[in-house]
Amino acid sequence: MKKYLHVINIGLQNNLQYRFNYLTRTLFGFIPLFAMLSLWRTIYSHRNGTGDASGFSEAQMLFYYLLVAVVDVLTAVNEDDWQIAADIRDGNISQFLLKPVDYLWYRLSLFFAGRIAFIAMAVGPLAVFLYGFRGYWLWPASAEAMAVFSLSLVLTALLQFFISYAMAMLAFWLLEISTFIFILFAFEYLASGHLFPLDILPPMLKQLLYLTPFPYQLYFPISIYLGKAAGAEMWRGLAMQLFWVLVAYVFARLMWRRGIRRYSAFGG
Amino acid sequence: MTANIKRYLALYAALWKNSVSREMGFKGNFILWIVVELLWFGLQICFVSVIFSQTDAVGSWTKWQMVFLVGVSNFIQQLYQAFFLTNCTNLSELVRTGKMDFFLLLPVNTRFLVSFRVVDLGAFVNALLAVGVMVFAAGKLNLHPTAGQFAGFGALCLVGILIHYSLMFILATICFWTVRAQGIVWGYYNLFNIARMPDEAFRGAFKAVFTFALPVLLVSNVPTRVLADKINSPSAWLVLLGVGVFWAAVAEWFWRISLRRYTSASS
Repeated sequence: MKKYLHVINIGLQNNLQYRFNYLTRTLFGFIPLFAMLSLWRTIYSHRNGTGDASGFSEAQMLFYYLLVAVVDVLTAVNEDDWQIAADIRDGNISQFLLKPVDYLWYRLSLFFAGRIAFIAMAVGPLAVFLYGFRGYWLWPASAEAMAVFSLSLVLTALLQFFISYAMAMLAFWLLEISTFIFILFAFEYLASGHLFPLDILPPMLKQLLYLTPFPYQLYFPISIYLGKAAGAEMWRGLAMQLFWVLVAYVFARLMWRRGIRRYSAFGG
Repeated sequence: MTANIKRYLALYAALWKNSVSREMGFKGNFILWIVVELLWFGLQICFVSVIFSQTDAVGSWTKWQMVFLVGVSNFIQQLYQAFFLTNCTNLSELVRTGKMDFFLLLPVNTRFLVSFRVVDLGAFVNALLAVGVMVFAAGKLNLHPTAGQFAGFGALCLVGILIHYSLMFILATICFWTVRAQGIVWGYYNLFNIARMPDEAFRGAFKAVFTFALPVLLVSNVPTRVLADKINSPSAWLVLLGVGVFWAAVAEWFWRISLRRYTSASS
């Protein structure tokens, strides 16, 4: 355990070198977010009796995108998948085969450190941005919802990380995996609720999406916060989320074991 | 003068030939990149249909007009990508590794070389798909554009590509000042993300900034309005042209003063 704390420490220091990068990233990210909020505001102001089919009020809809931005800062995988793939391609993982350090835990520690560094840089601008939209801010559905939301966020982060890790393992077989990362990202973007809340989809489609792990990468914790998933449904969802985390973890381990067998340490 | 133009055209033909043989060396990857772009394009259209399950208009924009807008913005973006994007993103790598030396030594305009070196052929395929979406949406809207409208549309698209290129080139040129410039592509995508949104969704300072300073909101909205029989505010295309020329000039100026800072990389 202690050695991984060291890794986190080193990761923090490394990541803080990129603080300017993180800051510009956060600031540039506000442009599409603001555009999205404007778009929905226009839609709600022009809506003439089409009804509230989705069950999302204007405040809920706008707040949804704000909360997506917050959850993203807290849990999204930044460049971990690219770095892991590069480690494999360049032969940097050889040392982990010799040292008593597990590569998966090592990367998870770095992911954790990266998130802390990112949060440290993003929290200021994000707070200012959220303050600008304070009129749309909603409180969590209940104290219980808030607690489960926090727990679910941890699972979300783990799920995101394990899926990215497993994806990066493709680098054992392929030289160039960025296309696969982008294809997966496209699916995640839609099915995890980045683009719009899944509740406004037809119920059939939504249920179909809920058979995949994607909604648990973002939409599920948010729907807890908003009270859209409550009671038994919330607990069932949480169990499913835990299930997907375990599946992704086992899958990531399996991919690594398979990959190592093919690995021939280029360069070294 | 004509001899010079001929020479550059011959050069460009050679660069094309290079790009084709390079792309064909990685056929699988070539096809996969087309798939990636296709997915993101599909995602945008999906988003439009989700929006219109909630409302029947965004300002004065109807569903098929917005699909048309998404098509136009993709068309412009893909053409820009075919000619310039890879070159712009590669610039920082040339500076970091010092490969820029070789380009400076060649008896050719350096900006021409770094801007046109690689052609992204897959993007042409995607541009064609965007045309398909535009044609389909135009059918739904029952549009019958005149030759004049087509000419105006084409000219405005060219200005749009020029604006994409100029803004991205400025972002890329920052790499002469700070070596670590990986955030550039990220910044670019975030900026042009809003090009496919209807202009009427915005108000106030945001709209002013992205119309007059960074004309992202004009790039695809103005040509769309020309073809889709939507009234353009009379000065919109003048603003687009003016701001486009302005940014092209700034890009050239910034390139010149930045190049002076180039010190190569010692090995």
